[in-house]
Amino acid sequence: MENSLYVSPSPHIHGGDSISKNMYGVLIALIPAFLVSLYYFGLGALIVTWVSVVSCVLFEYLIQKFLMKKEPTICDGSAILTGVLLGFNLPSNLPVWIVVIGALAAIGIGKMTFGGLGNNIFNPALVGRVFLLISFPAQMTTWPLVDATSAFPLTYTDAATGATVLSLMNEGISVKDLPSYTSLLSGAHGGSLGEISAFALLLGFAYMLWKKIITWHIPVTIILTVFVFTGILHLVNPVSYASPFLHVLSGGLMLGAIFMATDYVTSPMTKKGMVIYAFGIGLLTSIIRVFGSYPEGVSFAILIMNALTPLINMYVKPKHFGEK
Amino acid sequence: MINGLVKENPTFVLLLGMCPTLGTTSSAINGLSMGLATMFVLICSNFVISAVKKLVPDMVRIPAFIVIIATFVTVVQFCMEAYAPALYASLGLYIPLIVVNCIVLGRAESFAAKNGVVASAFDGIGIGLGFTWALTLLGACRELLGTGKLFGISLIPEEYGSLIFILAPGAFIVLGYLIAIVNKLSKA
Amino acid sequence: MEKLKSTLPNMLLSLTGVCVIAGAILAGVNAMTKEPIAQSKAATLEAAIKAVTPEFDNKPSEESYMAAVSDGDSVRIYPAKKGNEWVGAAVESYSKNGFGGEIKVIVGFDKEGKIVNYSVLQHAETPGLGAKMQDWFRTNKGNQSIIGRTITADGLKVKKDGGDVDAITAATISSRAFLEAVNRAYSALTGVDAKGAATSKSSKEGGNNNE
Repeated sequence: MENSLYVSPSPHIHGGDSISKNMYGVLIALIPAFLVSLYYFGLGALIVTWVSVVSCVLFEYLIQKFLMKKEPTICDGSAILTGVLLGFNLPSNLPVWIVVIGALAAIGIGKMTFGGLGNNIFNPALVGRVFLLISFPAQMTTWPLVDATSAFPLTYTDAATGATVLSLMNEGISVKDLPSYTSLLSGAHGGSLGEISAFALLLGFAYMLWKKIITWHIPVTIILTVFVFTGILHLVNPVSYASPFLHVLSGGLMLGAIFMATDYVTSPMTKKGMVIYAFGIGLLTSIIRVFGSYPEGVSFAILIMNALTPLINMYVKPKHFGEK
Repeated sequence: MINGLVKENPTFVLLLGMCPTLGTTSSAINGLSMGLATMFVLICSNFVISAVKKLVPDMVRIPAFIVIIATFVTVVQFCMEAYAPALYASLGLYIPLIVVNCIVLGRAESFAAKNGVVASAFDGIGIGLGFTWALTLLGACRELLGTGKLFGISLIPEEYGSLIFILAPGAFIVLGYLIAIVNKLSKA
Repeated sequence: MEKLKSTLPNMLLSLTGVCVIAGAILAGVNAMTKEPIAQSKAATLEAAIKAVTPEFDNKPSEESYMAAVSDGDSVRIYPAKKGNEWVGAAVESYSKNGFGGEIKVIVGFDKEGKIVNYSVLQHAETPGLGAKMQDWFRTNKGNQSIIGRTITADGLKVKKDGGDVDAITAATISSRAFLEAVNRAYSALTGVDAKGAATSKSSKEGGNNNE
């Protein structure tokens, strides 16, 4: 098992085994979102992402080498991807030491405890994020304010802070004060560094569909479910429930639906299973956002459905055989 | 008696009594107190059950044992509420739960009902100590990681503590790793 | 000695015996600890009142009374007197709008209506966020302390709502609920003591025409 997963380092991005090919493909798809976050958050985004990637790779290497006593496989790109996704899920003004703890939780608890790549039940980057969210709620929920006029600001931990769209909604601010759809699409609003621009994330989605890295089932089902659920609530009572467009475009929904729910290891294998899994994520996300005490629910929803993935795999497969 | 400390440690090896283990170990002192309270109940109930085992017919032994255990638990609860109200405030909910702790009834069934009075009391001490050190260690790890303190003494500045370890998920994470370490050490 | 057989009389006898003895022991322990338990409870309340009010020499817990608030509910007030003169009061107030449910606080005022101190009796706020309220609102840093403040017609409010109190970082809802409880305490107190009437339907803001 371990040997089949081990891939020797390759000089070419598209060379080598399918694991590393797909991992690097996902990384390429994340580039637009990263550029947007560099534009709005500047130095902070660079530091957080860089620290996150380096510490994820380092922890993976150290744990494989000294605790599991086997050949490190850090070049397959999975640790790099975990690092990037973790960084994308953090506010850009997060102190470095917290990022390092998040990386340790992601790789150590989320991945290596279960036996490394392929054996992990939960998406490691999300384990890291939720770990930090519960551990350091104050730092994890103060987001740097975006100044749309200045590109690549050089502020880091001293950046001015504010709330996200979702936390504003959770605190009962009237819908008028929320950012416009244009700024939600382009990314000119507060949030985790990789989640702010829906447009850049959709660009990455298109790239991954084109390269056949993922199929459309999971992201589209999640977004559709959230849209329909919050849409019904909005139609029933437009004053207290925000419009479905706002829900779909804000927070980590795009990032989660496109890049994290689609993780091969932790999502179901069959198309039918994927739709069930994605429907669950969409429903849970909406419920947590609308009725829960946390403003954002995507990461919790994905982790919960991760846990149900083996069950879905079990129940969906026999039907598939029976149909023949 | 030595068995209870490591080889048959109720928490790390037998995995009994998980509810108070996870619920009360948010700090070292809470873990220690819960361990000691359980140990007191264990010793007393083992002693009494072993003494009366011949007077209790087989078919009603479980209700009889439970009444005996519940009596001692209630004694502990009253005393704690009267003389250590602060401790009672933080452990309060879990004290009555000692009654249904599998360790207590488990030892009554598997040891005290078959052995003599003195041996049973010593078994209570052994298992109780094993439970106590496990809970104290768990509480100490969680307190240190969560708040940077140990027995209330600050070792690391508090802002570096990861809150998750004080909360329920942290209990599961720390317990899991401690069991892994104990397994590794006892195999070696 | 032979072990008792599981016959009906034996079982009845044995269980009855166990229960009677257990009952007797518990009755004894209960009688023994009743007094200390009551004392320690009273001492806790006494200490809480003492911590939040100006010095007094009466027994506030024995002279306590209920006072109505504008929304029809009522809260308990513990008047503090020194040499038969009214020097302030502790008010046990609450808010149901906390992040994790109900928050119970005891707030002390002096005779000018200034906040002397407060203590959070019960809450279910998030540790590390809302749970910081126990110390946050008495820490002398920025505008976060409410000690020594007089509540004006608008009541205390966090900055986000147009007030001048710094909310706990990333815990606006908890801060809002806490201040609501403090305002409720003040309104209950002034509604009674300003006019000497037993109840008052004055608004939550109450006014500051107390003695």
